[in-house]
Amino acid sequence: MKRRTLLQTGAAALTLATFGGTAALAESHGPVTAGFIFVGPIGDGGWTYEHNQGRVHAEEHFGDKLKTIYQESVPEGADAERAITQMALSGADIIFTTSFGYMDQTLAVASKFPDVKFEHATGFKKAENVGVYSARFYEGRAIQGTIAGRMTKSNKVGYIASYPIPEVIRGINSAYIHAKKVNPDVEFKIIWAYTWFDPAKEADAAKALIEQGCDVILQHTDSTAPQAAAQEAGDVITFGQASDMAEFGPMPRVSSIIDNWGPYYIERIQAVMDGTWESDDTWDGIGAGMVGIGDISSAVPEDVKAEALAMKDQIAAGDYHPFTGPLKKADGSDWLAEGETADDGTLLGMNFYVEGIDAEIPQ
Amino acid sequence: MIRLEKRPQPSRLMSALTPVLAVVLTMVVGGMLFWALGANPFEAIRTLFWDPLFHPQFAAYSRPQLLVKAAPLILIAIGLSIGFRAGIWNIGAEGQYIMGAICGAAAGLAFYPSDSVLIFPLMILAGALGGWAWGMIPALLKTKLGTNEILVSLMLVYVAETILGSVATGLLRNPEGMGFPGSRNFKQWEAAHNAEIFAGTGTHWGVVAALIAVIFAYVLLSRHMLGYQVRLTGEAPRAARLAGVNPARMILFCLGLSGALAGMAGLFEVTGPAGQVTIDFGSGYGFTAIIVAFLGRLNPIGILLAGLLMALTYIGGELAQLMLGLPAAAIQLFQGMLLFFLLAMDVFTNFRIRLSQKAAA
Repeated sequence: MKRRTLLQTGAAALTLATFGGTAALAESHGPVTAGFIFVGPIGDGGWTYEHNQGRVHAEEHFGDKLKTIYQESVPEGADAERAITQMALSGADIIFTTSFGYMDQTLAVASKFPDVKFEHATGFKKAENVGVYSARFYEGRAIQGTIAGRMTKSNKVGYIASYPIPEVIRGINSAYIHAKKVNPDVEFKIIWAYTWFDPAKEADAAKALIEQGCDVILQHTDSTAPQAAAQEAGDVITFGQASDMAEFGPMPRVSSIIDNWGPYYIERIQAVMDGTWESDDTWDGIGAGMVGIGDISSAVPEDVKAEALAMKDQIAAGDYHPFTGPLKKADGSDWLAEGETADDGTLLGMNFYVEGIDAEIPQ
Repeated sequence: MIRLEKRPQPSRLMSALTPVLAVVLTMVVGGMLFWALGANPFEAIRTLFWDPLFHPQFAAYSRPQLLVKAAPLILIAIGLSIGFRAGIWNIGAEGQYIMGAICGAAAGLAFYPSDSVLIFPLMILAGALGGWAWGMIPALLKTKLGTNEILVSLMLVYVAETILGSVATGLLRNPEGMGFPGSRNFKQWEAAHNAEIFAGTGTHWGVVAALIAVIFAYVLLSRHMLGYQVRLTGEAPRAARLAGVNPARMILFCLGLSGALAGMAGLFEVTGPAGQVTIDFGSGYGFTAIIVAFLGRLNPIGILLAGLLMALTYIGGELAQLMLGLPAAAIQLFQGMLLFFLLAMDVFTNFRIRLSQKAAA
């Protein structure tokens, strides 16, 4: 072989190794590699913590057959695209991008890596190799709202919201509808933190709400800072968000909404191993076990607890939908007629409050 | 006894040497940190500094990414450094970066879906103007009312972030986005997309602008009267006044220039790597650029190198997380150490160590 051709072959092999590396890896390697992109630190005690628990469960389930990699605190912007690309380059077979803000980036990277499977949490854009998954957290919010409505003495419920996206608005509506049902005098005060995880901001928001007379604090942010703020104030109740946050029970944390991603991750990774993975759209709730309700603490009276648990059973069995008419929108227009339930399309794009919430969605 | 003795003049040698020493010390202490976390320190340092450039699997992708990451840092830091030289402390480049992105994006979106070639230049202009105007607020408040530009420019970052949240969910929201926040994606609109000029190299227009800014600043500071006045104002304000430098005009110039450059950086980012105006578009480039400016000794060439080094630690840091499982916080600590050691080593620029036999009488 002449030197020149040798060099050329070498260069070609190198190019192949660089650009075709993932394709080659996907076919030849032993264990499947699953990658996770996290929006917060894995120790946030909430959203990212639970996704990481899901990762750990999958690892325990598959043992040697699975290798997992992850990157935490990835900002939702240009940096995310690079993080996902590097993960795909490193040989991941399936990548879970676990925050809404990774949507366009996930699709952009997916189009460059047709052999890698992608799963984007809480988004709505799919592709041949991009599936979406989320949980019906609003089912948990209904139970939370019921307890909040029964427990508040000041009739003021504070809500620390993150970003004005449909998922968050859905949670506010569901909690409000059910609080109002058991306590017609209840009112909601909503603070937008514009962050998923920022303990200092979340604590400030909780304190501001408590100062305004709220004695129930609901949160759609991921840290335990609001729990600590409520504990300090005393006589204020809270709910664990995304994770159980049991260390703050029995007061202020009286219950929680727990995300349970493990079974879903195991199912999807198994599908990759079997070669049966297909892009799909999963939206499971209490019934399927993706949303769990944490232990209702002793601070809640027995009758309220029984009422909450009865609702949980009804939702799990599919006998009750948290968005059942008659319901009106905040602008006074009709939404759902008596007995009518909301369709998933409307819920997924929800950008309005229901009647009674005296606030504006930030625009 | 070890004593510090003030040098009659800052040492030129040490001034050039301290950044290198700071990097070496950061590597050593950082290596110890990674070791304590259970990683092989040599492997960790190699992953951080070597792999983004030469790793067989990643380098083809991460080398161009270095430019993408460094360009906004350099562009902003150049503007800041000229102000810092004159003793004018613009800490709010992050806000000017955000406002530049918003104004530039808005100017473009007003003409959606036009495919005119003038769209992108118009957006650059609007971006620079947006950043300039945001920088003018602390400048005018300082010259007219004597307020402190450090505080005002910093506070305006939070105002800019709030405006960003508002336009991303309201004014600039993608009408076809199903009610989700965020503007149209510029990557899907040819005329407004800050695409790579040469595919696969990472060089988008922001990289070109950053290089032009470096050359421009170099010429300004070393060859031009205005550059001389900038340096004089910083080093000897009274002498500058006697030499006929108008301090108010100097403040307006420095804050306006750094604002305009930060605004342009924001525009290049929003139309290129980021793609859309989202609530959390501001990713801290404006603050990191302050570190870059000082790491580069407020010198244009130094800033060019410092920007690339900073980008290297970012991308290397991501690879270290991915491949070695190091926590993100450890990487941030590592980057913080770099500035810390730089400032600490600065002592040797202005002081020298004297070992004396007896305590000074």
